[in-house]
Amino acid sequence: MRAGSLIRVLLVALLLAAAATAVAIFIPWLPAQASKEGERIDFVFWFVTAICIAIFSVVASLSVYSLVKFRAKPDDDSDGPPVHGHTGIEIVWTVIPLMLVLAMIVVSSVALAQNDREPKGALRVEILGQQFAWTVAYPPPGVAPDMDHFVCFTPGSGDVNKRCKRSPNLVLPVDRPARLHLTARDVIHSFWVPEFRQKQDAVPGLETEITVTPTKTGNYRFICTELCGLGHALMRARAIVMEQSEFDTWRGAK
Amino acid sequence: MRSTWRRRLLGPGWIRAIWMTALFFGIGFGIVVGIRALAGWDPIVFWDAIIVVAALTAAPIGFLAGLGAFDYWIAWAFGQPTKPEDHSGHGARRWTDYFRINTDHKVIGIQYVSTTIFFFLAGGLLAMLVRAELAQPEANFVDPQTYNQLFSVHASLMIFLFVIPAFAGLANYVLPLMIGAPDMAFPRLNALSYWLLPIAGIMMLSSFFFPGFAAGWTNYAPLSVTQPFGNVFFSMAVQWAGASSIMTALNFLVTIVTMRAPGMTFWRMPLLVWANFTTSLLVVIATPFIAGSQFFVMFDKVMHTNFFEFGEGGYPLGYQHIFWFYSHPAVYIMILPGFGIASEVISTMSRKPIFGYRLMALSLVAILILGFSVWAHHMFVAGMAPWLRIPMMITTLLIAVPTGIKVFSWLATTWEGKINFSTPMLWGLGFVSQFVIGGLSGIFLGAVPIDIHASDTYFIVAHIHYVLLGGSLFTIFAGIYYWFPKMTGRMYNERLGKLHFWVTFIAFNATFFPMHIIGLQGMPRRVYSYEDKFGDWNLFISISSFVLGVSFLVFVYNMIVSWARGPRASANPWRGMTLEWQVSSPPPLFNFDEIPQVVGNPYEYGVPGARHAVFNGERDEVRAERREEEEVRT
Repeated sequence: MRAGSLIRVLLVALLLAAAATAVAIFIPWLPAQASKEGERIDFVFWFVTAICIAIFSVVASLSVYSLVKFRAKPDDDSDGPPVHGHTGIEIVWTVIPLMLVLAMIVVSSVALAQNDREPKGALRVEILGQQFAWTVAYPPPGVAPDMDHFVCFTPGSGDVNKRCKRSPNLVLPVDRPARLHLTARDVIHSFWVPEFRQKQDAVPGLETEITVTPTKTGNYRFICTELCGLGHALMRARAIVMEQSEFDTWRGAK
Repeated sequence: MRSTWRRRLLGPGWIRAIWMTALFFGIGFGIVVGIRALAGWDPIVFWDAIIVVAALTAAPIGFLAGLGAFDYWIAWAFGQPTKPEDHSGHGARRWTDYFRINTDHKVIGIQYVSTTIFFFLAGGLLAMLVRAELAQPEANFVDPQTYNQLFSVHASLMIFLFVIPAFAGLANYVLPLMIGAPDMAFPRLNALSYWLLPIAGIMMLSSFFFPGFAAGWTNYAPLSVTQPFGNVFFSMAVQWAGASSIMTALNFLVTIVTMRAPGMTFWRMPLLVWANFTTSLLVVIATPFIAGSQFFVMFDKVMHTNFFEFGEGGYPLGYQHIFWFYSHPAVYIMILPGFGIASEVISTMSRKPIFGYRLMALSLVAILILGFSVWAHHMFVAGMAPWLRIPMMITTLLIAVPTGIKVFSWLATTWEGKINFSTPMLWGLGFVSQFVIGGLSGIFLGAVPIDIHASDTYFIVAHIHYVLLGGSLFTIFAGIYYWFPKMTGRMYNERLGKLHFWVTFIAFNATFFPMHIIGLQGMPRRVYSYEDKFGDWNLFISISSFVLGVSFLVFVYNMIVSWARGPRASANPWRGMTLEWQVSSPPPLFNFDEIPQVVGNPYEYGVPGARHAVFNGERDEVRAERREEEEVRT
């Protein structure tokens, strides 16, 4: 590649990178963020986005330049130069993507490990999915948060232990980690609060867990995201985040 | 007079197919009713079992037998005289020859492509109905049951009756030509594997009359097990389509290994042949897993076994592991042949050798191997062992490396070339650009933390359509336009071809790009109603999708009219070097009047005097030329 075309490709690449960055910044890609886990997930999201913008602008600028510049004239029947390959270039475009991939793997793994940790003093919440509603239950204070069986639910039943506080919505205190223990009664459902970024399937006969640490009070969507039958689209509840004192009053109330 | 009637009734063909279908249905009915009567079970006429045994299993076998798919083998097995050199069932002399058992790979290729386009249009119509429902936030067009069936059957048709067999069809036509073979290794098996397809397609479409296939094409247990009876139509249709895939893949493998022309070493094979070689390995190894997963679901449903019902000792996640052990490799089954087509088209239309041929072939092999180790990335939020997500993320993101190599190599192939922007090239380059976007969104999904947020949202819907529509479908169109003159002997209309490309390209992006946004914003997939705030985007998407749907009518019109009345095509309109272009359009009955001798690489554009293959008559001539050249050099 000659110096002149290199500069032109670079210019196109910069233009495309600017355009892609504008798309990334000015379109509201992600909903409001309301949990500590969400912060880490968003960091990974923007980290990957930056790498992808770089890859995109390299690929797109090379192709745009090539397709404009090397268009055959209408009556030109000749062939291009018989270039069969270039070991150096091939090594470069194997090794650089490999490095980028490894970087994304490390960043993702760290974020995942932090989000998966069960923090000390977490609030234990048990969630049962069934066609087509959620049941959220809070074991009485004093029950260890890391119990290995459900306190409020019995397998195969929709009943809730009387000692537990029961709610159709997920109610959480702000700034306190909550460990959600999920299961399902009939088919697979999936817990998702877009503002928390956390998602986890609720599987019949299994106990799945996920940590959420709300950082902002508010009223969010709590959606089932695994097709669970005819009412799947309507299996929606609210996730309400309130101050700790407010939460204590709510939990104590009958 | 009497003997012609006798022949019509008893000889292979549609009349025998009709009565044998009925006969075999009757036999299946008799087996079920007989066993139930002997065992004293109530009710004796139990339609659920009768449909599975008689309608979905026995009747199709009767249909195939009636059509004549097994005649030769049965005659051979019973010691009756067979005529291996009887070629009456080979090749198409009349249009009716496309509607019977035909052993010519070229006829079978056209049968495949036409049939799959029919199911593509059917699946596309279903997608239009889905978009009609989603044009507004609240439910207003179809009821939830119908809606769930629409998207389930849409995906199943597109995957099992369009993308996978359309590639098999194109390769069926060109692969034997490309390696210099007179036909596939097993022509009768080839005919049988085609005729399994319409059976599978009709089963999937008729599931609308027996509601129950409404659990998505993924058919996750235990939801699928709790569905109404009609779910078995999917379970059985997948068996027929899967059997067809496996037979074709075996055929390709044996053909590629044993039937290459003299001199055609593995390192001289065109990349399309490499692509179908790796794809066939994926098909043969992986497809039995989806067959198993659907049999388990059907057994749970019809026979009340307990593979996936947790209360009875079953394991719901077991379904997902088995299912994705096929269905992730299936993603590569649906794209590797497209890589092959893109390599052929881009090299020929750029008038340059493919850049880094060996690395291109090796990256196909790398994808083949890595492709088997990533299935659980579909299950990052499913509740499997948390640590398993890390190795699955590593292998998933590693696949980006060989895939990236391929994209860079295609671009390097165009560099300094003499690019001819014909219709096949537009589709080929369109594929590269859309596949880059699909690949980048795939990187987001491969990173576990992002996948946790994006999983089961419209972001996934956007991603798979960029990969399967912008990826696979675009290469299928590239292939159809590229080999249309070879297949039909006529040229398609170039202006209509370009119009088709541009309308599809723009409408496709308008339809699917916004889905990335609404998905991340919080719209889950597989819902018939959604929050009001996504209403504007969805209306825009629906309108774009209708334009996208209409764009394919241009294609259908172009194909039909050009096939009937297009100008005659020359043997080699693209000045290609691979073997299929060295014979007439359409090729002779057995492809090559004389066996070609392969003497060089398939993409030697721009190398003075280079040949991929020579024919007997020319061999001495070429040798003399070479000797002269050497003498000049020394």
